[in-house]
Amino acid sequence: MREFGYQRADDVPGAVALLAADPAARYLGGGTNLVDLMKTGVEKPALLIDVRELPLDRIEVTGSGGLRIGATVTNSDLAADPEVRRRYPALAQAVLAGASGQLRNMATVGGNLLQRTRCGYFADTTKPCNKREPGSGCPAIAGEHHNHAILGASAHCVATHPSDMGVALTAFDAVVTCETADGPAELPLAGFYLPVGDTPHLETALPPGALITGVTLPPAPVAATSRYRKVRERASYAFAIGSIAAALDVQDGVVRDVRLAFGAVASRPWRARAAERALTGGPATAEAFAAAADTELAAAEPLPHNGYKVALTRNLVVAMLTELTQEAVR
Amino acid sequence: MRVSMRVNGRRVTAEDVWEGESLLFVLRERLGLPGSKNACEQGECGSCTVYLDDSPVCACLVAAGQAGGRDVVTVEGLAGAAGLDAVQQAFMDAGAVQCGFCTPGLIVQAHYLLRETVDAGGPVPDDGEIREVLAGNLCRCTGYEKILDAVRLAAARKAAAAAAAAGQAEPGQAEVGR
Ligand SMILES: Cc1cc2nc3c(=O)[nH]c(=O)nc-3n(C[C@H](O)[C@H](O)[C@H](O)COP(=O)(O)OP(=O)(O)OC[C@H]3O[C@@H](n4cnc5c(N)ncnc54)[C@H](O)[C@@H]3O)c2cc1C
Ligand code: SF4
Ligand code: FES
Ligand code: FES
Repeated sequence: MREFGYQRADDVPGAVALLAADPAARYLGGGTNLVDLMKTGVEKPALLIDVRELPLDRIEVTGSGGLRIGATVTNSDLAADPEVRRRYPALAQAVLAGASGQLRNMATVGGNLLQRTRCGYFADTTKPCNKREPGSGCPAIAGEHHNHAILGASAHCVATHPSDMGVALTAFDAVVTCETADGPAELPLAGFYLPVGDTPHLETALPPGALITGVTLPPAPVAATSRYRKVRERASYAFAIGSIAAALDVQDGVVRDVRLAFGAVASRPWRARAAERALTGGPATAEAFAAAADTELAAAEPLPHNGYKVALTRNLVVAMLTELTQEAVR
Repeated sequence: MRVSMRVNGRRVTAEDVWEGESLLFVLRERLGLPGSKNACEQGECGSCTVYLDDSPVCACLVAAGQAGGRDVVTVEGLAGAAGLDAVQQAFMDAGAVQCGFCTPGLIVQAHYLLRETVDAGGPVPDDGEIREVLAGNLCRCTGYEKILDAVRLAAARKAAAAAAAAGQAEPGQAEVGR
């Protein structure tokens, strides 16, 4: 590890000013991703600005019935919050499906959104990687990519975003709020992660130096009937090889409202809007669910070793929507 | 830099800490507390589990500065004047220790599980709950069965002790789960 400084920020403007004064500084949330990447030399900040004690640790119901979640709320507290569990059960389930209890106790909402990919080449500084070293190449495409992207990737990078939490937030139209040197700003999560293109090292639309202050979830009655399911290579404590956040409102066998987002398939949590459009107003049947999944996955471009993700994601759509339909009928 | 914190109830100060040091390194190499183990150093095995302000965390991924001014409890801090903690005793009695590298982390995490359940007046955790809470603690020796036995044993003993304290102890109950 390189030498670096450490400072605790007293307040939000103070944190933003500290970072503005030192371009090589980084915010530190729980450190569960950043400290790890510093050990391997992937990240080399000159100064860590610890933001975990900022007063951004509250979860509040908004006037309209949505939720405002502070950036330093720990993953554990987020998953345990009664309002989250009641209004957006898939979000609590997604958070609990990630990492381990010990890690969730440290990890924050802001850090979770900005965690880096788990692509093995990215983590190995002896290997080329366009995301870590622009222009050096992407060895994953011809190499180890069984857990890489099938949607929205490019010839420059095929990495996935590893967050489970982000998948549920994406399904529910979360908006990221942040503080910049010029004042507060808002970014819908749908536009938060940049397209990969030929700049895989540029990951988010967050303005330079911006501190994430929280995430706002608009009210979504449909979210009360929602679930998150994650497929892993072991029963617990592993990153997803496929996942889904789904919410469904069915009346008299007709889909009134539906939310679908996939994890582990793209460089960002993948909102399945084409599938949602195909389903809305139509019958809530297994055939319709499968057809909608196929519509969404028609754009998939699997690599030689990750084609299984197409079938896996399709199966997740059908299984989850079938379960949610039964739950709605009951 | 200098990092002051409370470790196992004592105020301690570590001098000349390099900002990049992990809490785990400070505990083991500067404060003479080698109980917490450094196995993977990347959050994957849980053998470095310690309490940080009452929540178990992986000390290998906590930067030393993050622990400044906080309360840390390591496996060394669990035993009281009356002897070993119930979880420690149960790990010995159930034969849940082989090489022992995973043991301190498992004991802290199991201690936390029982603190949140039986100690808080709740029911004895079921196997699913035990497995999920211990999912972040890897053991390459035991196959986990004896570890589960140990946690069940500690939970049963604590439940029996609580019942006894409430004046409704039944003889023999302490050994349920053996
Ligand atoms: C062994 C292991 C297994 C894991 N398994 C899973 C899993 O299955 N699913 C899953 O989703 N995740 C998993 N994770 C990842 C974990 O969820 C993330 O490491 C964690 O959420 C990151 O949060 P943090 O607060 O610790 O972030 P940090 O490490 O502190 O920060 C991460 C990044 O965010 C930036 N940052 C932090 N806070 C802010 C802020 N407020 N504003 C602006 N920038 C900020 C930092 O500068 C840094 O770039 C796993 C991690 C480990 C180590
Ligand atoms: S997939 Fe992306 S992160 Fe992985 S090696 Fe290629 S460029 Fe790097
Ligand atoms: S040494 Fe910390 S989790 Fe393995
Ligand atoms: S006893 Fe050896 S790792 Fe668990």
